[in-house]
Amino acid sequence: MTDNRFTNRSELIGILVLAVFLVVILPLCLDVFRLNLVAKYLTYAFVALGLVICWGYGGILSLGQGVFFGLGGYCMAMFLKLEASSVENTKIQSTPGIPDFMDWNQITSLPLFWQPFHSLTFTIAAVILVPGLFALVIGAAMFKRRVGGTYFAIITQAVAAILTILIVGQQGYTGGINGMTDLRTLKGWDIRPDHAKVVLYFFEVGLLFICILIAQFIRHSKLGRILVAMRDQEDRVRFSGYSVANFKIFAFCVGAIFAAIGGAMFALQVGFMSPSFVGIVPSIEMVIYTAVGGRLSILGAVYGTMLVNFAKTSLSESFPELWLFGLGGLFIAVVLAFPNGLAGIWQDHVQPRIDRLISSRKPKSESGWTDNSVADGAPAE
Amino acid sequence: MSDEPNKGLQSPLRRQLLMGAAALPLISMLPRPSFGAGPATSVVNTTGLAVTDTEVTVGILHSATGTMAISETGSIQAEKLAIEQINAAGGVLGRKIKFIQEDGASDWPTFAEKAKKLLVNDKVAAIMGCWTSASRKAVLPVVEQYNGMLYYPTFYEGLEQSKNVIYTGQEATQQILAGLNWIAKEKGAKSFFFIGSDYIWPRTSNKIARKHVENVLKGKVVGEEYYALGSTQFNSVINKIKLTKPDVIFTDVVGGSNVAFYKQLKAAGVDLSKQALLTISVTEDEIDGIGGENIAGAYACMKYFQSLDNANNKAFVPAFKKLWGEKTVIGDVTQAGYLGPWLWKLTCEKAGSFDVDKIAAASPGIEFKEAPEGYVRIHENHHLWSKTRVGRAKLDGQFELIFETADLIEPDPFPKGYQ
Repeated sequence: MTDNRFTNRSELIGILVLAVFLVVILPLCLDVFRLNLVAKYLTYAFVALGLVICWGYGGILSLGQGVFFGLGGYCMAMFLKLEASSVENTKIQSTPGIPDFMDWNQITSLPLFWQPFHSLTFTIAAVILVPGLFALVIGAAMFKRRVGGTYFAIITQAVAAILTILIVGQQGYTGGINGMTDLRTLKGWDIRPDHAKVVLYFFEVGLLFICILIAQFIRHSKLGRILVAMRDQEDRVRFSGYSVANFKIFAFCVGAIFAAIGGAMFALQVGFMSPSFVGIVPSIEMVIYTAVGGRLSILGAVYGTMLVNFAKTSLSESFPELWLFGLGGLFIAVVLAFPNGLAGIWQDHVQPRIDRLISSRKPKSESGWTDNSVADGAPAE
Repeated sequence: MSDEPNKGLQSPLRRQLLMGAAALPLISMLPRPSFGAGPATSVVNTTGLAVTDTEVTVGILHSATGTMAISETGSIQAEKLAIEQINAAGGVLGRKIKFIQEDGASDWPTFAEKAKKLLVNDKVAAIMGCWTSASRKAVLPVVEQYNGMLYYPTFYEGLEQSKNVIYTGQEATQQILAGLNWIAKEKGAKSFFFIGSDYIWPRTSNKIARKHVENVLKGKVVGEEYYALGSTQFNSVINKIKLTKPDVIFTDVVGGSNVAFYKQLKAAGVDLSKQALLTISVTEDEIDGIGGENIAGAYACMKYFQSLDNANNKAFVPAFKKLWGEKTVIGDVTQAGYLGPWLWKLTCEKAGSFDVDKIAAASPGIEFKEAPEGYVRIHENHHLWSKTRVGRAKLDGQFELIFETADLIEPDPFPKGYQ
């Protein structure tokens, strides 16, 4: 069979279907504007993917993923902003060569912590390491002390609120509530025109699949099984001699890094970063994407994110004054009727029919852990 | 409805137009002047905008939802009123204005996304929109990249000028300086206390005000404090005010924070009939929330008050109330929003074209004599010449005009000596 470290057959089919959908069907069917919107939605899919690992499998509900999305996004935006703030682009300012918002805030030289962001290599490292280390510190501080569940969720909310206040308050260094706007080029390559958007889209889809494979690998490894065990019976895992805290920290860091990659892609795709992605509300929204997709399903997270964002865009275009109600209704409907999200619908209603179709040809096998068959949109065979 | 005018448009655009039309039963109820008598479409539209022989499409882009909705609704209403009136008067270059409304949802990146949609998908000839500086900063790169035309209604901090934007509100020096001069003369004020919300507009405005107080008025700023947007605790700053006893409290606190600020000020026993307070952020819209009894006696400095006594305003206020209800109030920004479609119409007619480059070039010098604020003219720098006025808040939530500058004040977005 095709069972290996990453995937089994039905999951492989799921991934291939998603790949065809994202790489072939969408680019052929959508104009560049809509494709760029999809690219924007997919940046959140990274966050949702991270949440599947840390919430769905690890049982750690983080209501502060916006923090990591924001940190990744701001790191990338700082690099892009520096490149956009060349002396000739900013000669209208009283101090040319620094970002415009610094000039408005009477800062006359580039602050020290901005300096390294002249380098793309440093920036890419920072996109991964800054949120990763931050998650490590929070995780170590919390999980080593056995803070979990609701308390952890509340603390992540507090962190999101604190970071927002910090960014808004230090507007000379961060752009404040306006955020960093007017990002233009990446190493001289203009990120604004249509063809650049298309290139970035495919690059992002590639990154997304790398992250999906990493998530699959974690899930199918022993590590993944420990995470699930930990989620369901933490004490038993601890008594068996595993360091629960370390596994939790790991899952939390993976979630953070995925979110940060999404944030960095967001800055590239949208040419914009602002504190409105960091705070409590966007963080909760990101959890909703995962919930709609099915928190136990890796691919469900991607579909859930796209569906919710698509609904958001199209409802707000058609009903500018009423769309929030429609969106709220959609959430309530999904949570009430389908607690396992899109993946649950697939699981309960679509998959059995497909199975029945195939079962005439092939006997159904029942290997793997029980969790998996409840868990995923594409159950293990 | 209106199948014929849409003929020849591609289907996605056509769907958008139909949706826009569906959201607006108002236009269909109006008596229809005959459209289509204008110059040929190939002449007035050489850049592929959404212009047909009988219609031209513009975008309205404000927050209809979220925290800013309460402020931006007035602008949406004013812009729709202006469009309706222009259509009733025969439209623009013989074409009826049709609008597509998008919701920025009080979220700056959403503004950028929707602006892009309006320009790229809908190919609107102009966008009336944005309110906060943050939303404008988000939209600006988009309108510049796709060469759109934005009519921006809010008074703002200046330090900006774009070929693709017409600023129908006042920039900071225009709004502030005359007011400070007046209060310094009238009240003999020497010491000022600044309180603002913490973002670019209050900070820049206060910077300009500080330079003016210190360098021109030879006065003193005895305190300068900022509060996060949405903040509701002002007791500590009110204590400082009572300690420092400034001649004038100068405030640019925005949005809902105002309600808390003025209530706490009153509760702390600061009597605005004795303590001079000059605000540049409270319009009739905000007083609706604050309550006239909490702010009566305060001075506001801007370019328009609903109570202005001139023929244009006497026609404008009833027309607005007739469309949107007796209870609506009209603040400075609402009036500036009303100017947008009219200035655009006048510019199109002067340019004889809807092309953005021609509109941008033809804008300087455009006069709008029917403006509710009196008379405005577009400056070379795409801002408006306008008067500055000081009003005193009354119990009923209206302002009583106390002072207005004799001449129009020149807009100066990059003021020398104030940066």
